Amino acid sequence: MSRLKICYFASIREQLGLAAEMLDLPHDVNDVAALVDFLANRNDGAPWALLQDSGSVLVAVDQAVADRTASLKGVQEVAFFPPMTGG
Amino acid sequence: MISVQAQDFDVAAEYAALRSEAGSPGAIVTFTGLVREIYAPEKSEPTRESAQEKVTALFLEHYPGMTEAALEAILLEAGRRWLIQAGRIIHRIGELLPTEQIVFVGIASAHRGDAFAAAEYIMDYLKTQAPFWKKQYSSSDSVWIESRDSDHDAAARWQNANKSPKVKA
Repeated sequence: MSRLKICYFASIREQLGLAAEMLDLPHDVNDVAALVDFLANRNDGAPWALLQDSGSVLVAVDQAVADRTASLKGVQEVAFFPPMTGG
Repeated sequence: MISVQAQDFDVAAEYAALRSEAGSPGAIVTFTGLVREIYAPEKSEPTRESAQEKVTALFLEHYPGMTEAALEAILLEAGRRWLIQAGRIIHRIGELLPTEQIVFVGIASAHRGDAFAAAEYIMDYLKTQAPFWKKQYSSSDSVWIESRDSDHDAAARWQNANKSPKVKA
């Protein structure tokens, strides 16, 4: 079992009421999509189900933008956030 | 060099530093982004009152660590595409008030074409690829600013272009 830091930013952080957590990753959670499903089910749906909308929620794996198929093998940190609005 | 900071910046000092670092540049382009007093969302109906509401403050959230890496990567990519003698990106975070400076991009180059294009490229990419999020406060409410299609279009047009698609040689 590996330990993963999960960060939530901006509107996602506010909707979930959580900025970060440490998670002991179950053996069958191998990629981002599986992690999202795990989080949504663990917390019994809303508001966590919002993470499943890949159109409005972006993902970074070890601080680099990734897609939902990205592997979690050896990964330390995953972040979820809305599209960026800097500048 | 890149900086992510709460404090304000001095454009004249940044210009002088770029000029000195570049040695003997032929052109220096600087861009400064400021907090608007009135924010009109792109998709809002013109009749909606809130669309013209006065901004009382802007809050800039970011992803420490990833933000710095993203800005470094954008500046590095600009240096691969154009001949740059010195480059500088400063992005502020935290609470900012209307008329305050948010972002600075400065590019020193031998020629103005490279300097203009690199500065515009950096701004276009920074708006959609660096993990910053803006929350806007008005007297009645607070909303997270949504990403604009026009910003994504602006970044996308560089994907197959080494030169600015808008500027003639």
